Amino acid sequence: MGASDYDALSVGSAAVRRQNDAWRRLRANWSVRLGGAALAILICVALAAPWFGTVDPTLFDAASRDLRPGETGEITTLDGETLEHTFLMGSDSFGRDIYSRVVYGTRISLLVGVLSAAVALVFGILLGLSAGYLRRLDGPLMRVMDGLMAIPAILLAIALVALWKASLLTVIVAIAIPEIPRVTRLVRSLVLTIREEPYVEAAVALGTSTPKIMFAHILPNTIAPLLVQGTFICASAILVEAILSFLGVGLPPDIPTWGNIMAEGRVQFIAYPHNVFFPGVFLAVTVLAVNIFGDGLRDTLDPRMARRL
Amino acid sequence: MWAFLARRLAATIPVLLIVAVLVFLMLRLTPGDPAAILAGDAATTEQIAAIRASLGLDRPLPAQFAIWFANLLAGDLGESFYFRMKVTALIGQRLEPTLALATLTIVIAVAVAVPLGVAAAWRFGGWLDRALMGFSVLGFSVPVFVLAYILIYIVSLKLGWLPVQGYQRLADGPGPFLRHLILPAITLSVVYIALIARVTRASVLEALGEDYIRTARAKGLPELRVLVRHALANAAVPIATVIGIGIALLIGGVVVTESVYAIPGLGRLTVDAVLARDFPTIQGVILFFSFAYVLVNLVVDLSYVFFDPRIRY
Repeated sequence: MGASDYDALSVGSAAVRRQNDAWRRLRANWSVRLGGAALAILICVALAAPWFGTVDPTLFDAASRDLRPGETGEITTLDGETLEHTFLMGSDSFGRDIYSRVVYGTRISLLVGVLSAAVALVFGILLGLSAGYLRRLDGPLMRVMDGLMAIPAILLAIALVALWKASLLTVIVAIAIPEIPRVTRLVRSLVLTIREEPYVEAAVALGTSTPKIMFAHILPNTIAPLLVQGTFICASAILVEAILSFLGVGLPPDIPTWGNIMAEGRVQFIAYPHNVFFPGVFLAVTVLAVNIFGDGLRDTLDPRMARRL
Repeated sequence: MWAFLARRLAATIPVLLIVAVLVFLMLRLTPGDPAAILAGDAATTEQIAAIRASLGLDRPLPAQFAIWFANLLAGDLGESFYFRMKVTALIGQRLEPTLALATLTIVIAVAVAVPLGVAAAWRFGGWLDRALMGFSVLGFSVPVFVLAYILIYIVSLKLGWLPVQGYQRLADGPGPFLRHLILPAITLSVVYIALIARVTRASVLEALGEDYIRTARAKGLPELRVLVRHALANAAVPIATVIGIGIALLIGGVVVTESVYAIPGLGRLTVDAVLARDFPTIQGVILFFSFAYVLVNLVVDLSYVFFDPRIRY
């Protein structure tokens, strides 16, 4: 046996090889690549919105109302000068450029999606860890979660946004709250399994404090399924935000989101369908990309994970 | 069996109670005066004072809950100032279209999804299987209202087969009733189909791997009988479960679908109520839908006996 064989057999390099293996599997998975590529493009679009041939999405021009996709018209800038502009996706009934609004809408949708998922995950993790590890909290906490899950998510989100004033923060929290019970259940079931592992027993025997056990020992082993769940929550959040905006109970209308654009355009859908179609397609593609990415993550990281329902 | 029924009913009581508490807290814990919020924007000071008195808003929180809950049990969900009706009457008025839409949607969804799922599992790895998996991800991703507009555009505007919007009561004739309801039901059922087909496929696939299937085929039974009487019957429990859980999706979808297709049901009522900041109605609708959801899932649980005789209650 040579030196290289000895290295290959050592524990340290085996662990490193396992991690490299997982990373390589992740990158080789078709769904991850497809969804990831689409998401990367969307993130680029969101970040570089001003440079994609767009104008300020709030600019309007009464002379350019209801133009068909591809037509040229005028647009008045904030300084008062009138530019000639090609409305790639047409214009709405105020004369705003739909293309610009859709591109800028990408920012909001992705932002709301990611932040809602993050909020839901954080609270779900805290509650799930508590329910799973602290036995006395388990019963009452899960009862409350059951009750919360019984209220249909959209209704709850609508009611919460109606109660608080519509703002970005309100919408994010209102979308996150109905998702918290599912995360809590997931974390709790993971904790119940991990709790029986020998290293947890060892930590307890060593007198490690409970918070340290929960956060330093149990939590790191729940990352993979939580990442998958988070991706699906993100997809759901983007959809819910669009629905809220579409119904008129989402973000204020001066912020361009795909739902808002569709809401304003729906009145004249029969005559001017481009108002509704372009944001709708972007919405569908984005949610599809996130879902495919999540599917790929799930197949790579944890093929045994129960289907999210 | 009756003992089980009683026990299951008893088990749903805590959940319903928690829902009631959550809905109650939702209004009380927000900034602003609950009485003013309930009375609406156009309320007079006397109206606000009257509400404050009747709900006991100066009393401690538990007392308030007791009053509110007692009203709830008596069937009094409050009064909507915006619609100028009792909320219970309002819900009763708008119930029929939503019920019709939901029923039609469930019928279509189950009738389409279950055979598709069984077929996909039967020819595992075949084109139907892969097409179904692809379609189901699409079904989850395309929002209901986008799909609604696409279908309206193709079917109503370009082809002219079906009316764009509106609702006709069943009492006025089944023809117009179906013509107006079929497009909304199809739109709403797509997500449901994606969900049910996925679970059906997975569940039937598992059942098909069992020994009794091999025995049934060895006995020379026709394949259809093997699939339905043996595989599907044993796969039914998860399918029934997901149908029950999917009702929550259905309720969410109903709100949007009724909005797009101008159906005067509970979903539209919710949207109108929210836009008008009409909280008694919002509260009433949430309570109604949540209770309905819990009850439907109870029925699903009870149906397990029918599907799996081994489950003895």
